[in-house]
Amino acid sequence: MTNTTNEINPSDSKNSPNALHELLFQLADDDFILAYRGSEWLGLAPFIEEDVAFSSISQDTMGHATMFYQLLEGVVAINANDLAHSRPLTERRNAILLEKVNGPGHYLVEPRYDWAFTVVRNYFYVTAKKVKMDALKKGSYKPLAEAAVKVNLELYYHILHWKTWFTQLLKAGGEARTRMIAAIEKVAEDMDGVFNLGLCEKEMVESGFIESEHSLKQQWLRLMNPILDELKVTLPPFAMKSGNGRAGEHTKDLEDALSTLKEVYELDPSAIW
Amino acid sequence: MNEKVSSQQITDDGQYQRFIERIQAGEKIEADDWMPEEYRKTLIKLISMHGISEIMGALPEKEWVPKAPTLRRKLGIMAKVQDEMGHGQLLLRVAEDLMKPYGKNRENIMEDLFSGDLKFHNVFHMEAPTWGDAGLIGWLVDGAAIISQTNMLDASYGPYARALKRICAEEVFHAQHGESIIMALAEGTPEQRAMIQDSINRWWDALLMFFGPSDASTTGTSKQDITIKYGIRTKTNEELRQDFFTKYIPRMLSLGLKLPDDTMYFDTDQQKWIYQQPDWSQFKEIIKNNGPKSKDRLRLRKISYETNEWVRDALSKEIS
Ligand SMILES: [Fe+2]
Ligand SMILES: [Fe+2]
Repeated sequence: MTNTTNEINPSDSKNSPNALHELLFQLADDDFILAYRGSEWLGLAPFIEEDVAFSSISQDTMGHATMFYQLLEGVVAINANDLAHSRPLTERRNAILLEKVNGPGHYLVEPRYDWAFTVVRNYFYVTAKKVKMDALKKGSYKPLAEAAVKVNLELYYHILHWKTWFTQLLKAGGEARTRMIAAIEKVAEDMDGVFNLGLCEKEMVESGFIESEHSLKQQWLRLMNPILDELKVTLPPFAMKSGNGRAGEHTKDLEDALSTLKEVYELDPSAIW
Repeated sequence: MNEKVSSQQITDDGQYQRFIERIQAGEKIEADDWMPEEYRKTLIKLISMHGISEIMGALPEKEWVPKAPTLRRKLGIMAKVQDEMGHGQLLLRVAEDLMKPYGKNRENIMEDLFSGDLKFHNVFHMEAPTWGDAGLIGWLVDGAAIISQTNMLDASYGPYARALKRICAEEVFHAQHGESIIMALAEGTPEQRAMIQDSINRWWDALLMFFGPSDASTTGTSKQDITIKYGIRTKTNEELRQDFFTKYIPRMLSLGLKLPDDTMYFDTDQQKWIYQQPDWSQFKEIIKNNGPKSKDRLRLRKISYETNEWVRDALSKEIS
């Protein structure tokens, strides 16, 4: 996976290389860790049919992460695999919401995973991702704008999938609704971390890579409010309760995930696997 | 009254005769066609075991999905395990159609799995402690599956034959995926090479057992005669095992691997491989869910079933 084609166009990025790095790391790390969480669900989803569908979404998401890491290869001259597997906790830029475990237990031992949390996290995230991709498509960094077009094609199906689950489970009432409302509260507590663009936000916006955090969030609300209204759900205020992943703040959940996902890689990082 | 009963009897005999003739003529039997009880029961057992084995078979590889060492391998093994779940889904639907006259459905299949009445394939009770095992499963377990499933591609039961056709096409990709992992290890560092030899040693007996005992004298029962009689399969367990050796032993040797059975050789007079039998009493224990990982994997399935009960409840409410 060595880079050849993703030459940076100097006029696109020379004024704010840090802002571009930061943005690409945020995009790549978000998808990478969420796809990882999705892969832990394999074989454990509520239905065999859902296992197949969810796995397909996780693969797309891992594919998007790969695309963003490959864009970074050109910018920071480090191999995409190394970027994904070897960066320490404090260099990770994903939102903390996405690193949180799927529920109690380990993916191989007593996994009591929370489907409501998974549905809400994925639906809220993928809608935010859509808003971001729409902004990136119009952005000034060509390679990223092109990647956003490709990613967008697959998001249509992801959004439809999670929206269906979100709607059905809330409409079912009873225990399902109670669990979903609790999940919405839990996701809201850290949802601001997803919109957050980190310390370089101003530069990102000034360079025309992406729109501001505020604007992204407003668009998200415009998309989601009618759906939430119809389901009679009051959205709790968004926060960043567990910290700001964009600033390298992370939890034990990510630490554990990193040690699992690099277990084999680390046996010999220079070997060909 | 008496007359009526006897004419019913005659009709049944006629039906049985016609059924056998259809099979012998190579016609496909479909889900709604008349079929003898023994045929239906044999199919239900075979296909639900095959389906549940695909699903339980996803679990040993699933261990390695989050740990795959590169982005490409992560994507590859995710896709592979997804396919296996898809095979399970496809096969369980075929089995569910056959179970309908008994008023049974997927819930019953899951319950039978948990109670131990429904067995899953012996090979999926084994441990997969290294990344080498992740490669070996794709390369040799899927390789063995291709050999045994190809043997049923022309099965007399149409829905099963058609499902197998789709499955076999995907299994070919799985074997390539596994082989690619193994090749990278074989061409890698001494530690990586040692990883494959270690995996082969660990999986050897399970691979020999994959095709089942050569005859009932080994384990007391064998379904192979009934399945051959009804045109579901053609070759015997031993013939399939020999095919496996013929295909894979040369490949193992060309990768510089040492065969775990050093007495093994190809007898040119008899035109067959002579090898040491695995411990078939261990096989009996394994399929009784007393294998090294039987309990852990059943537990995973069961936890998922219990933890998600509220989801199934919610959806059944939503539909009604
Ligand atoms: Fe399969
Ligand atoms: Fe397979």
